[in-house]
Amino acid sequence: MTRAALRTAVACAVLAVIYLLGMALEAGLTDYVQRIALLAGINVILAVGLNLINGTTGQFSIGHAGFMAVGAYGAAFVGVQIAPALHAAIHVDALANALTFNVALVAGAILAGFCGFLVGIPSLRLRGDYLAVVTLGFGEIIRILFNNAKFLGAATGYFGNDPSGLPTYTSFFWVYAWAALIVVLVHNLTFSQTGRSLIAIREDEIAAEAMATPTTRLKVIAFAFSAATAGIAGGLFAHMQAGVRPEDFRFEKSIDMIVMIIVGGLGSISGAILGGIFVAVTLELMRDLQQYRLVLYAVLLVVIMLVRPQGLLGTRELHHLLRKRPKSGKATGAA
Amino acid sequence: MSLLELDSVDKIFGGLHAVRGVSLKIEAGSIFGLIGPNGAGKTTLFNVITGVYTPEHGSIRFEGKPITGLRPAEIAARGVARTFQNIRIFKTMTVEENVMVAGHHLHTASLFDALVRSRRYERDERALRERARELLKILALEDLAQEAAGSLPYGSQRRLEIARALMLSPKLLLLDEPAAGMNSQEARALNEQIRFLRKELGLTVVLVEHNMAVVMNVCETIHVVDHGETIAEGAPAAIRADAGVLAAYLGEAPEEALS
Repeated sequence: MTRAALRTAVACAVLAVIYLLGMALEAGLTDYVQRIALLAGINVILAVGLNLINGTTGQFSIGHAGFMAVGAYGAAFVGVQIAPALHAAIHVDALANALTFNVALVAGAILAGFCGFLVGIPSLRLRGDYLAVVTLGFGEIIRILFNNAKFLGAATGYFGNDPSGLPTYTSFFWVYAWAALIVVLVHNLTFSQTGRSLIAIREDEIAAEAMATPTTRLKVIAFAFSAATAGIAGGLFAHMQAGVRPEDFRFEKSIDMIVMIIVGGLGSISGAILGGIFVAVTLELMRDLQQYRLVLYAVLLVVIMLVRPQGLLGTRELHHLLRKRPKSGKATGAA
Repeated sequence: MSLLELDSVDKIFGGLHAVRGVSLKIEAGSIFGLIGPNGAGKTTLFNVITGVYTPEHGSIRFEGKPITGLRPAEIAARGVARTFQNIRIFKTMTVEENVMVAGHHLHTASLFDALVRSRRYERDERALRERARELLKILALEDLAQEAAGSLPYGSQRRLEIARALMLSPKLLLLDEPAAGMNSQEARALNEQIRFLRKELGLTVVLVEHNMAVVMNVCETIHVVDHGETIAEGAPAAIRADAGVLAAYLGEAPEEALS
């Protein structure tokens, strides 16, 4: 199986590069810069995931902070529950931590994905602003539920059983390894029959239906998938700052995500990556401006809409711009 | 057994009786014309057949099985393909991708196969692409395969809609004004293409068309509706001579007006 071997080799090489970069970063940069780098990676996951809904499928979710919250709380809670057992079974601390962390992340993602599925079934018959209102409502309901859930710390937030808070498992390696995995998965989804069908739904839902496309099913799948990626981002976020608080997942967080994908270009994966990094960096640069940064974001959005409504990349990908138009229609990219 | 049977179908929008008691039978392998003045209910009939609208009364059978009330995607999957009067292509996608979208039945690989790019996924993707290429060739669009569909001229977009519909491997093809916006040369080529499709792909074709040169030339049976009701059905020659049809198109016949 040379192909499988090649893929494994590429994956290992990518992970090694991420690991080495992470080592260098942790050795050479201040905690402050490291934190921005982690946030940028988390943003990339959020943006690439949300873009699947708002960009590729042309639906409009403004409640993705809700899915992120489910992932964050889910991962934090599951992590705290399973850590003692895993540490008892595996005596190498680093290994037990890594296992706990990733199991917790996946559990959070599954919970978030399931919520996406539940919200998606009734609401994806709605379109445009109606769907937006439902997702907005969902995001707020989730936040308020966590705000009142006593066993998850209610308004104070969830910090596990340890007085020092949740273990901070989140490192450069894990953030970017997950980001790389999610980018590859979303890319493979987008450039497949499923992805083509999602774009067809965006372009003309009636025609897509007439071409035997199971539109509702595909929209629910995309929604659940996107929610699950937001869940991963939430889990990474929770274990970055030793706790999760309901106010981390306000409506503004959803708006941040929308800014990311609009800046990058709705429908473009590479655009979402750039947008995610852009928002992480500019949010920090504007930190001194405090609440005025939201005004600046609004101004920025208006300017983008006027000057370049398709965003940085439009619906194109970076690698489309870098290579010439192919003569024969080769399949776009492999894993 | 006819391929498609409509039995006294009614479609009502509020106070408008858009289709009233229309019954028709379309035999497998025929080329069937559906004509009538503007607003006669032709496109509504297409929408009722393809499941976009559910009729208030009456039943629709395809291959002897009732399809009334099924969703458009289910009806399409059973082999009823259509084009649209006001072109509905996927504009930002390439011509080839437009066609590939309709190939769900050729693509059995799961989403998981796509995510990990398995061999099964690649085999299906290749099959889709090859089939799309064949169909584009039939419709003389193969040179435009990589163009953005929205950038094509009008006539090519109409042919692209046909290619995309054929990707469903349909038994019945519903064409809603395929010759609209085509010049006479393109319309003649369209006649040939429709005949070719029937012969090579074993299709049954239903045509809504205002271009009489196309309808009279290519259809074997013509069904005429006006104000949602059937006013005539028969061979082209009989339809051309039918007083009721002339009245519907040109106004009341002179002797009636005089009497």
